[in-house]
Amino acid sequence: MAVGIKHLAGAVATAPLTWLARLIDPVLRLWQRLAGRTGMIAFFLTPNMAIFGVFVLFPLVINVAYSMTTGGALFLSDRRFVGAAQYQRLLSCADYSAISTCQEDQFWTAARNTALFVVLQVSLLITVATITALILNRDLKARSFWRAVFFFPVLLSPVVVGLIWRWILDRNGLLNAGLDAVGLAPVNWLIERGWAFAAAIGVTIWAHLGFYALILLAGLQAIPRDLYEAAEMDGTPHARVFWRITLPLLMPNLLVVIVLSLIRAVQVFDEVFVLTGGGPGTATLFLTQYIYEVGFASLLKNPGLAAAASILMGGVLIALTLVQLGLGRRNEKRGKLK
Amino acid sequence: MTRAGALLTRRRGGAGWHWTDVVTFLWLGAGVIIMFGPALWLVLSSFKSPAQLSEFPPTLLPYEARTAAVEGYDKPLPLFVVTDEAGTRTLAEVRRVGTVAQMVDPANPAEVQRINIASRTPDRAIGFAWGNYVDPFLRFDFLKYTMNSVFVTAVATLITLLTNSMAAFALSKYEFRGRNAVILLIIATLMIPLSVILVPLYSIVSAAGLMNTLWGVILPTVATPTGVFLLRQYMLTIPDELLEAARMDHASEWQIYWRIVLPLTAPALAVLAIFSVVWRWNDFLWPLIVLSRQEVYTLQVGLNAYAGELNVQWHYLLATTVITMIPVVLVFIFLQRFITAGIAGSGLK
Repeated sequence: MAVGIKHLAGAVATAPLTWLARLIDPVLRLWQRLAGRTGMIAFFLTPNMAIFGVFVLFPLVINVAYSMTTGGALFLSDRRFVGAAQYQRLLSCADYSAISTCQEDQFWTAARNTALFVVLQVSLLITVATITALILNRDLKARSFWRAVFFFPVLLSPVVVGLIWRWILDRNGLLNAGLDAVGLAPVNWLIERGWAFAAAIGVTIWAHLGFYALILLAGLQAIPRDLYEAAEMDGTPHARVFWRITLPLLMPNLLVVIVLSLIRAVQVFDEVFVLTGGGPGTATLFLTQYIYEVGFASLLKNPGLAAAASILMGGVLIALTLVQLGLGRRNEKRGKLK
Repeated sequence: MTRAGALLTRRRGGAGWHWTDVVTFLWLGAGVIIMFGPALWLVLSSFKSPAQLSEFPPTLLPYEARTAAVEGYDKPLPLFVVTDEAGTRTLAEVRRVGTVAQMVDPANPAEVQRINIASRTPDRAIGFAWGNYVDPFLRFDFLKYTMNSVFVTAVATLITLLTNSMAAFALSKYEFRGRNAVILLIIATLMIPLSVILVPLYSIVSAAGLMNTLWGVILPTVATPTGVFLLRQYMLTIPDELLEAARMDHASEWQIYWRIVLPLTAPALAVLAIFSVVWRWNDFLWPLIVLSRQEVYTLQVGLNAYAGELNVQWHYLLATTVITMIPVVLVFIFLQRFITAGIAGSGLK
């Protein structure tokens, strides 16, 4: 009965689409006769590849051109070619040991913040995610419930995540009420530079922990049980089992997770933008926000400079992606050897 | 209680407690509080009145001040429980001057008493400020934002499913020159994020006249390489003999795609649909750039605008945040297993 209703509902929902599909069939039959199989391949590929080409590939290519032009004009044809001047502006400093002497000191601040964020956030995130995965891999009652607990924030929108934590970390928020209750002095979490940076790290870990724990858990569950049984029979100590069996066999997943989280951390923006707006001052200003500010939000828009900065960031991301693809290939080879 | 205790402390093999068991219980317990707590706190706070939200320390549950209609006063007056040398009684506040409040007994409105505010507490009961949820729809553009978000999510997901599955069909079921080049191109852009192509994309969308339109938000996001990749991997497992048999029966290529391959790809399509809904509902940076006029804001951009105001109206902001969260929480409750399977299987995000 329930199945019948489900089918009926599905049929009703897709009815207009089915009707449409039937309607265009004669037209496509004619096209197939005229243009053959090649024509049909073109027909299937065109919608996706056209959108892909116009909105992903083409921008990717002309971004390089943008980064070599100057002025406030929007369209490439109206812009003045300046060669590598934008890159020069981004990268030149009178004294490379002091950011304040750089021509574009905001960029350097953002780059330094991002680098620090990437190192701290990724190492903490991976540690916490690994511990969580190890615990979820134990013989737990209601494991799917516990998995869901850690996964829950992953689906929340970055804006919602930012607002939830802005409310909790508020001067009169829940966290300070907790501190007050145990007799500690309240802290201006989002107004003091160090705490705001720590909050950016903590909140992004909170939001993404479940995603990485899930991948690691899948890796742990793929480790053959008999290896552990053999170790138990030999009376191998727990620590040794972890270092000699669990960690080496988890390594492929761990590497993928590290690279994925690095790629994400380099682009950090949404949650932190809503949480702190990049402040206080420039304490949580990261690269993506810098690009957004320079290219779109500030009064003196400089699309060329933003494009140059985005290409520098893209270079880092491409390098990381290549590492990831390389790792994927190595994993595949290993799988084949088995 | 003892049964619950036994359940919690029971262990495999009945052996004693190992330190790893302690860590496990602590970790999971802290996990529940840290992961669910903030969202729960958001929901609880969203039902509080502005006055209650500014209280410190905050109360756990939302309360509403009791009021009483008192003869001689136009508006209902807030009630307080006063405790002093004259005993404990409930009085209504007329006005407050510094630390002294002028109060009246609702039963005897003629006599105004002067009460020090230190000796009184608000008289209140658990109550929900539903106005936080209703007002944004009635008084602000919140309904518009919601409709915009629904439109973007639904249309983008439909287009994604259609175009991605067509491309995946061509790339998995036909041999042709340049096929590998196309696949390579798609894989290569798998990890190129929007933030790298913001400037040129802005100019293209603007040249196409799509600024401040919802289509300007939808189109750049629909040709997801991830979707094509996922669907292609799935379609590769469909045996070609099926397609050949259909061709023998004079099925057109379009019919083969529509009547045979697409229904068989349903599980992968479901995963992509769920992901697409979550992605598009949650999108922020690109809509923020494309949409600068209020009437086209999506929920996420609208929320950010509320939050960025000089004088943040937290009671409305919290309620609208909860509303924004609802679809995703529904997906989480009912469709979580599809998502976890999708992530564990392919690292989709």
